[in-house]
Amino acid sequence: MNSATREAYGAALKELGRTNPDVVALDADLAGSTKSAMFGNEYPDRFFDMGIAEADMIGTAAGLAACGKKPFASSFSVFVTGRAFEQIRNSVCNAGLNVKVVGSHAGPSCGEDGSSHQAVEDIAIMRSLPNMTVVVPADDVEAYSATLALAQHEGPAYLRVARLASPTIHKEGHVFELGKGEVLREGDDVTIVACGMMVPRALQAADELCAEGISTQVVNMATIKPIDGDLLVECARHTGKVITIEEGTIVGGLGTAVAEVLSERCPVPVRRIGMPDVFGTSGPGDALLDHFGLNAEHIVEVAHELV
Amino acid sequence: MQIDLFSIAQQMRGHIVQMLAAAGSGHPGGSLSATDILADLYFKQMRIDPGNPNWEDRDRLVLAKGHAAPALYAALALRGFFPVEDLVTVRTIGSYLQGHPCMGTTPGVDMSTGSLGQGLSVANGMALAGRLDGRDYYVYCLMGDGEIEEGQVWEAAMSAAHYKLDHVIAFVDHNGLQIDGPNSKVMTVMPIAQKFEAFGWDVVTIDGHDFAQIDDAIDRAKRTEGKPTVIVCETIKGKGVSFMENVVDWHGVAPTSEQAEAALAEIRAC
Repeated sequence: MNSATREAYGAALKELGRTNPDVVALDADLAGSTKSAMFGNEYPDRFFDMGIAEADMIGTAAGLAACGKKPFASSFSVFVTGRAFEQIRNSVCNAGLNVKVVGSHAGPSCGEDGSSHQAVEDIAIMRSLPNMTVVVPADDVEAYSATLALAQHEGPAYLRVARLASPTIHKEGHVFELGKGEVLREGDDVTIVACGMMVPRALQAADELCAEGISTQVVNMATIKPIDGDLLVECARHTGKVITIEEGTIVGGLGTAVAEVLSERCPVPVRRIGMPDVFGTSGPGDALLDHFGLNAEHIVEVAHELV
Repeated sequence: MQIDLFSIAQQMRGHIVQMLAAAGSGHPGGSLSATDILADLYFKQMRIDPGNPNWEDRDRLVLAKGHAAPALYAALALRGFFPVEDLVTVRTIGSYLQGHPCMGTTPGVDMSTGSLGQGLSVANGMALAGRLDGRDYYVYCLMGDGEIEEGQVWEAAMSAAHYKLDHVIAFVDHNGLQIDGPNSKVMTVMPIAQKFEAFGWDVVTIDGHDFAQIDDAIDRAKRTEGKPTVIVCETIKGKGVSFMENVVDWHGVAPTSEQAEAALAEIRAC
């Protein structure tokens, strides 16, 4: 509990190694950081370190998938989705192969390593690919369950996990359902749609807003693609105002996905909180989230403007 | 049974010319240079079953130089994976034969390709899966010489040797030309053999239009243990159609109907 989603990913991968002989894992010299080493240490015959070669790793994963394996290929999100983007596009998504791409250390919470290592664009670019599923779990419990769920899902998927430990909001044993948003808190005046580490912050903001008399609904949208459009429309009809928050660029990410659905099916005012078309910088991960306004305080501020 | 590989390759060449003329676009030069290699693979060397294209124990081919799709399609159709009459639908809406290979729609196509440089990594993954499953199939990967300018090829060359993938058998179709001109002018790829040797591969250099040499090289590759083999095939771009041979402009231009007639007459006269 209260551990990083990457830790839960590693634990779930190890569990998959025990229960599913077709699951294999690949990494690009970051197995200790992404936690794929938890699988590799237990099942060395089914673990392939590809060295610092993300493009080759994704291609190799595609070949394994073409022969019936269920590969999970992980690295830092910026490298695995960026350096290997076109391999993911052509060798995985266009080929329709069952490869799970896992990006760790996403967003500014990656911390001191700085902007070169903090993916802000990964959700946007992965979401743009036909056939791709995109999942950003909110906490360790959900990350564990989502990893197991993705092993059952046939087809390409991108799982984004974080470096920093964060509060667990789900009960132990919570089961993640692919493609379903989750209403964590009911409310009437405004809806906050969040993903990843922003979910606990959205709940904190909702507490503060409710204390002021603004009844706030909170939705955890862990599956960003395919997005749960029906739930979004239902929420928008109910509250009439939507705020999104994500730990990534507002250009093409969760906020964009929400705006796409609502603009066509239920136009209501939408405000997107995220990285405002900027790269990150160095600093402690938690402090950087505050630095970029990825916190409850900013949500409350935006809610005041909107409600 | 003695298989007349030359006759099969000439039939393939005829279909390649007809496909490209019908489509009005495509890549004749690199299809014709790779034809003899593919004829040998699909009609002699590969363990395949046209009635069961997804057979788990089959040998696989990754056509890394996906623009040679017409040559692959001709081999697959003549081998019985799908009707020969469908070949001329290539590159049209509704056809299961895209301009570059697509595994989801075309029987016998083992991997979707088209973006150069990605195939060898995929072949490695297939070989790793075979090893995990205790299957003895071979994975062939046919690359172009321009293609090896892609950095990923060398990442894959490194990992194939690292993981001792002796069931990976790669070919480099060394016809010396790429879209913008000769390799030597666009980007020097030589020496190819020494590069692969330095990466830990077994290397054989052959005449890529001599079936005996192709066969011998593949047999040697199958006997090689503990390392992957690359067969560097010296070839002629546009092989078999005199006015296309060694002419860089025939990389990616389809013949007109008159040119196609002339080409077919030449191919049939052989």
